[in-house]
Parts: sequence; structure tokens; C-alpha cells
Amino acid sequence: MSARTRFNVIGKPRRRVDGRAKVTGQTRFADDIKLPRMLHCKILRSPLPHARIESIDVARAEAHPGVHLVLTGKDFPVTYGMMPVSQDEYPLAPERVRYVGDPVAAVIARDEQTAAQALDLIDVRYQPLKTIATIEEALATPEPRIHDYGERGNIHRNQSYEFGDVEEALAHADHVFEDVFFFEGNTHLPIEQHAAVATVDADGKLTLWSSTQVPHYLHRALSRALQFPAAHIRVIACPNGGGFGGKCDLHNHEIVVSRAALRLGRPVKICLSREEVFYMHRGRHPVLMKMRTGVTRDGRLTGMSVQTLLDGGGYGGYGAASTFYTGVLQPVTYELPRYRFDAARVFTNKPACGPKRGHGTPQPRFGQEVQLDKIAERLGMDPAELRLNIVAKPNSLTANWLRIGSIGLAECIHKVVDASGWKDKHRKLPEGRGIGIACAAYLSGAGVSIYWNKMPHSGVQLLLDRSGQVTVFCGATEIGQGSDDVLAAIVAEVLGIDAFDVRCVTGDTGITPVDLGSYSSRVTVMMGNAAIQAAERVRELIADAAADELDVLPERVVFARGQVFASEDPSKTMSFREAVAFAETKYGTLGSVGSYSPPKAPGRYKGAGVGPSPAYSYTACVVEVDVDPITGWITVPKVWVAHDIGRTINPVLARGQVEGSIYMGLGEALMEEQVFRRLPPKLSNALVHKIPSLLEYKSLTSLDMPEVETILVEDPDPNCPFGAKEVGQGPLLPVMPAVANAVFDAVGVRIDEVPITPDKILAALAKKAKGEVARVGPDRFPDVPYPEPIFVLPPSEGGDGNATKAPHRDEPARHKEAAAS
Amino acid sequence: MDAVRERDATAQENVRLSMRVNGEEVDVLFAPYKTLLEVLREDLDLTGTKHGCELGECGACAVLVDGEPVLSCLALALDCEGREIETVEGLARGPELHPLQAAFADLGAAQCGYCTPGILMTAKALLAAEPAPSRERIKEAISGNLCRCTGYQQIFEAVEEAARQMRDEGGAR
Repeated sequence: MSARTRFNVIGKPRRRVDGRAKVTGQTRFADDIKLPRMLHCKILRSPLPHARIESIDVARAEAHPGVHLVLTGKDFPVTYGMMPVSQDEYPLAPERVRYVGDPVAAVIARDEQTAAQALDLIDVRYQPLKTIATIEEALATPEPRIHDYGERGNIHRNQSYEFGDVEEALAHADHVFEDVFFFEGNTHLPIEQHAAVATVDADGKLTLWSSTQVPHYLHRALSRALQFPAAHIRVIACPNGGGFGGKCDLHNHEIVVSRAALRLGRPVKICLSREEVFYMHRGRHPVLMKMRTGVTRDGRLTGMSVQTLLDGGGYGGYGAASTFYTGVLQPVTYELPRYRFDAARVFTNKPACGPKRGHGTPQPRFGQEVQLDKIAERLGMDPAELRLNIVAKPNSLTANWLRIGSIGLAECIHKVVDASGWKDKHRKLPEGRGIGIACAAYLSGAGVSIYWNKMPHSGVQLLLDRSGQVTVFCGATEIGQGSDDVLAAIVAEVLGIDAFDVRCVTGDTGITPVDLGSYSSRVTVMMGNAAIQAAERVRELIADAAADELDVLPERVVFARGQVFASEDPSKTMSFREAVAFAETKYGTLGSVGSYSPPKAPGRYKGAGVGPSPAYSYTACVVEVDVDPITGWITVPKVWVAHDIGRTINPVLARGQVEGSIYMGLGEALMEEQVFRRLPPKLSNALVHKIPSLLEYKSLTSLDMPEVETILVEDPDPNCPFGAKEVGQGPLLPVMPAVANAVFDAVGVRIDEVPITPDKILAALAKKAKGEVARVGPDRFPDVPYPEPIFVLPPSEGGDGNATKAPHRDEPARHKEAAAS
Repeated sequence: MDAVRERDATAQENVRLSMRVNGEEVDVLFAPYKTLLEVLREDLDLTGTKHGCELGECGACAVLVDGEPVLSCLALALDCEGREIETVEGLARGPELHPLQAAFADLGAAQCGYCTPGILMTAKALLAAEPAPSRERIKEAISGNLCRCTGYQQIFEAVEEAARQMRDEGGAR
């Protein structure tokens, strides 16, 4: 299928199949659900960032009129967590709270107001513990431990990998660049607040509707946390009012309302307040990073060592994966013969961080792309040319054993350079105006499931009948990205019908085949491949039955534009509906299934499971900025972006994903930050969110958004459905460094941290005026007790993908030949 | 932690009032502290109107009151006696989408669709006052409506396309 180049549905701009529902207000989000006898839940949350719970007295709350149930940690003896290695959360904390906002008790009452009133009647006595607020404090404070698991002290994860002798590669480089960067945390800020409704069905089974991106993982977690059989739990993912990763984790309230519904035998709903959404977080980790990169005088990379340090907040969540992702994808963009990464994640008494669009990779991408700009500057090279010269090779293996398929990055760079007039602008614009470039790569789906298993990552089922109707079932989850539209389009393309003639039933663990969810940009590739398989299987039956009637060979039967006809003689034709009826007559009830598992990754060392993907997308981005030297204010007049999408399924949606990524990236670059402050000592001194409101957490409005010129580059990847790669996350990655590089071009200062705010510009300009190093950013990278690295020989040096003994450091000549290649 | 708890906890008797909602007279009985948003969503089951903050910060709850865009999370329903309320449910004419709805659906202006009803209503008020707004005017008009998905460009284009359609059809509807 992938080799096809002519399509009837794929690649055509279309109204998305769920477009009408969205513009008529008929899309049913979780909080739109209202059931007879429904009760409402509110959660009492810790006002202290770190404390032991001495006692909880719920008697007064239970006695409050209209209250049906009060739950505490006692009702939830079992922990849960997204990663098998981090089962460290309780739906309600039994004895320990770890951040302001940690849930402690829940009231279920006749309405939200009554539930909220009853929260005030719960008496909790806390014994405060020392608050650990920052990365540095976590490293310096092994006791008290926020969790009694992890590497040591308050270090949650700590890992090192070395692919080839990096020190030797740096020693043989013409230049070694060493930089320290900081990327502040930020949050998803979906406009829809998380909501969930649980009910016990007439048959005694549990149904949960939730604004979740991952109904399958939630289904598993509910079964564990509630100690209730999974076969009696049905999770329905409502369309999400924006996800961006924020609805990827398991949320305590989802388990709380489920328990309450089972206890009461009545529907129970919760909708978080906006402030609670800020405290739920699970967003971008603050990351401190150090990058040492060896380059030749003509700008080729000889080796790179990346150290990262993540502020994880109070729980594990996806953090183990996030930690890996700060390291694994650097070698996918540019040729990098040797690579080392050391990554550690610490616990702090703040809301847990997790996956946000780009999961763990935007932070090191920022560092690497800004450093490349510095390298180009020092070598006197054009930064676009420098990048073009070192673009990774298609169909190659990276130093860390990731298999790259198609790469359209060179074309992406050419496109944005041409469209932006780069050559006439870079280093040539008047003082105060500047232009910057950056590139990136991203996964089209994680190659390994969150929990280890050999089952498919996505399953699709088709049901057809004599009416000609086609219903497609898949666990994939519509979060706004157009998951349903992609599903319908792919089935329609294979069956030669219109996308609107396909009914999608998705994101329902009770009736749809398992799909792992809307995360890691996996849906188009994994669901799409499964859908092609299912549709081709049923098409074969229909073609066979139609062939009998048309008196041709089944291989000669063509499906297009709602007709089924003979390829040589289009006068031999019938409608799709007629063909389905013939097939139902011949074969009985018509259906099919398809499934997809990613290809086996070539790396065989422990940890090789994070980073592999069926395909990688590529992006190049040019940003122009105006910097006011008096106020430090940055305006962005225009952004040019080219994204290698492999193949576009629906250009309207693809463009929306790219521009939405640029928007979100500009927010991260210029203003968004999830930051905390201490309340005054006369209050509690607690560590609280500085700006938990949509007004004060600054994001771009329609007035701030620049014009974006979007270019879709199509380099189809054979692993992907019709060649289509991801588009939802990759285009965000280059935006932040492109802004930083443009600021340097505009006013000659380096802002080595995100967000790049006017105060930092002014501070850097003041340094520049005094003849100091015109830079704002972290001064040092702390001493982190990283472990000895797991050493793996890169493919180019004869490795077999397994870990091996590290080379002797006192024999630097050993890999000389390889380093020079 | 939230606004609900700060409200007067003393129970009050329900009040009754009449308004016109999407062209229909409605009588509704509700708790007097309720906002227009809450009455629309909870008492009239018009869940097309959304909420993102309930503090007047995001614009998701925008509806038209006597033709003017209003943040329904900040409007007390009690103040709406006799007023004309328009919500997203009232935009289409029978099965026929309003030109704004059609353009939003066709041009990618609705991704997750959550901010969409508020933006549609705001845009409707804009086009009623200015049938041919410039891009800058469109940006200003919807600057109180946050969208996290689209990056706004396809929204601007959809409003422009709808304005063209409506001018061709001979005016606002």
C-alpha cells in the first residue's frame, strides 16, 4: 500500500469527519455527561508541600446534609503509577503528602457546592517535613527522602550510556564546545479541565468516562488500584478538549470517582477547577543540562556528551521515560559517530512532571540547537549550511542503535531557507532585528509499550453489512489531533469510499480493540497500519464476491469513489453497497481485524527500548524576531516551518498540527513557565504555584501569534501507512532554539535558558555594554553522582547492539581510526 | 481551592426567571447564586457552551446576550431576566450550518473543539457589527478567547471565509 502514489482520500483537504460535531457544540466532553441520580465529587488537597498525615477526622463532613460518602487514604490501600517501575501514588494519600495539591480526602455529595462545603469540615492534622524545592536542594538533601525507593537520597532515576569512546572523540576534535543550559518547566494548559464520570451499570460493572488520552492504560490501572476485575471495567475516553500530554497520566480523581461509584451504586462526577489542573500538571520537566560537543573545523560532529538533570516533582509518573528521552534522540537528527548521555531525575515537593508535547526532548533539543548556532558562529559558517552538511543519513543506524528510515530534513532546511530569505537576512538585518534557525527530529510512536508485552500496539476491527455501512472500531483516542479522521480516511482510501461513509467507534475499552493511546505521536502510524490491514482483509472478501458478479479475476477489481469495478473495463461496475451485499451473501457476516506491532529495535542493551520508533519525523524552522533594546521586549513577526511528514493524510489537519506546535513552542520560548514560590512564613511558608490561573500563566493570544508559513515535505516512510509519519509534536521542538538563535542575531546576546523574557534580554544587554560575556543562563552544572556508563559500541565501530566492556581510558589511540572517519 | 467554596454557603430558595434562549422563550428555576454558564449547562442542558476557568480568563464560555458577547461564567443568571441569549446550539438553521460553523469545520479552525463555541459566538458578534473585518480586527475581537490547539491562523482564515460567504449571501444571520 505504501508504494501507492495516487489517492482518492489521502492527501486531499477535507472537513474532518468529526468537524460538524465540534462546531455545533455536540462533541460530548466528559463534563458534558449528566446521568440520572448523579452525585458530585470534590477532593481535599494538601495545603503543605511535604508532611506526614497524623490524623484525618471526617465525622463532621459525613454528617453534613447532602453528603453521601467521604473517602480517605484508608479506602485505597493499593498504589498505582504509569510506569511499572514507579507504582508510587495513592488515589488519596494515606500518610504522607508530597506537594501542595496532593489529594487527601474526597467528598461525594448531591452537588458540587455541598461537596465543597463539606471539604471545609474535614480536619486533617499534618506534621510538616522539610520541603525540597529545587534540583540543588534535592541533590544536597538526601534526608528526608520524598520516596523510599529510587536510586539514593532524593535521586529518582540515574543512568549513563556511552556509545563509543566519547572522551577520545572529543580529544581528537578541532574544537570542543561546552555549554550549560536550563529549560524551565511549563504546563499543557488544555482549555478543558479534566473531568470524569463513573457509574455502575445495570449489570453491576463499572464504566468510567474520562478526559484521558490513554484509556487502555487507565483500564489496567483501575483494575489494580480498585482490585476489581478488568473484564468488569469499561473505560470510555471522551474526546479531549486538548491534551498535549496532560491527560496521558493516570489521575487520582479517576480512581476516586470509580471507587465512589462502586461504593454508592450511583454515578459520580468530578470536574477539576482550573487551579487543580495547574496542580495536577505532569508537564514539562525543568531540565538543567550540560553539553560537550566535539567538532571538526569544517563543522562536523565527532562526539557529544550530554548531561541532564530533571526536576521531577513529587512522584514518578512517566518520569523514568522522560529521563531517557532527555538523552536518546540527540543522535537522530545529525550524524554523530559517538555519543554519551548521563541523565538523572530528582524528586522535589512540587506537582509531578511528565510528558508534554515532545516529551523530554525539547529541553536537550534547545541546548543542542543553540550550541550548534554558537559552533557555526565560531567556525564562521552559516548555521543553515552547517546543519545541511551533517544531516543524518536515511536508512542508517545511529550511534545509540536507533534505526532511521526516511529523512526529509535536508529538503526541510532548503525550504525554510528559501522561503524566509535566510541568505539575505542572517547577520544582515539591522540591529534589533534577527533571524534564527533550528531543526529537530521526533518519534512516530514509541517502539515499546509502557508495560512489557509482545501484543499489538494497535488493533482495528471493521464491521460491514448489506446496507453498505462501514463501522471501524479502534481504541485510539480523539484529543483534537484528528485521530478519528485519520482512521476514517485510511479505511475509506482502502475501500474506495468517502471518509464520511465510515463510522468511527473509538477509545472505548469495552467495545474497541486495544490501542495504547494518544501519546508519543503514535496514532497515525500504529492505528493507521492496523487499519490498512483490517481494511485490506475485508476488501479481499468483497473483491472476491464482486469478481464473481463482474466476471473478472479478483485481482482486477478496483475500489474507488464508491464503486467497485473491473480495472480494464470500467463498464463492469457496481456500487460499493452492492458489492458488500454480494460479499455478505457469499461469506456471511462481514468483518475483519488488523493489528500492528512496531519493528523490533536493533539495540539489545538494557535501556534500548526507549528511543526506537517505526519512523522519525523531521522539522526545520526559521524564526524572525524584533528585540527592543530599551524594554527587552521580543516580538515575532513571522515563522517559517517545514516538516517532513512522510505523507499527508489530511492537509487541513496536518497544517493545524504544525501551526499549533509553533504556537505552543513560541509560548514556551517567550513566556510560559510553571514556577513556584514560598508563601510568607506567617502563613505556612508552603511552596505553592506562583501563577495558577489562565490569566497569569501567560500564553500567546490571537494578538501575539505571528504569521506562520507552513511547508509540508513528503518523504514517505515504508514503515508508515501510505508513508505517513507524525506531525503533532516534532514541529514544536525547533521553535525555542530558533527564537534564542534569532535573538542572538538581533542583539548579539545569548539567552541560554527558556523562557527568553525581556528581563533576561536587558540583563544580557547590560553585560554586553560592560564588556562582559553577553549571556544569561546557568553558570554551572552541579556535581551529579552519575553511575559508570553502560558502554555500547556504535554500529559503525563493529558493535552488535549489546553492552560491552568500556575501552581502557589510558589507551586513547584505540579508536583513533573510527574517530577520524 | 476554588470559587465554589467561597460562595455564600447558606441555602437559598430557587428563583425563577424567563429569558429567550436561541429564539425560544424559556422559564427556568435555579439556585440564585448560579451563573448564566451554570444555568445554561446544568439547568437547560445546553452543554455546547464550555468552561475553562470560571473566572473570566479563557473565553470558552462566551455567549451572546442581546447580541453582545458576554462571558457567561461572570454573568449572574439573575441578571438575564427577559434577555435574548444566543449559544452555539442556536447558530445552525435547522440542519444547515451557519457560515461560520461551516468555515470552521472546513478550514481546520476547530481542532479539539473546546474553545470553538466561544469563538464562534464572539465571531458572530464581530461580523454582525463589521461585515468585512480586517485580519487585525479579527485578532482583536477574539483576543479574549484562548485556543491551545490551532495557533489561531486557521481561525482567522475561517472567520474571513465566513465573512465573505455572508456578504455574498447578503448580510448577517
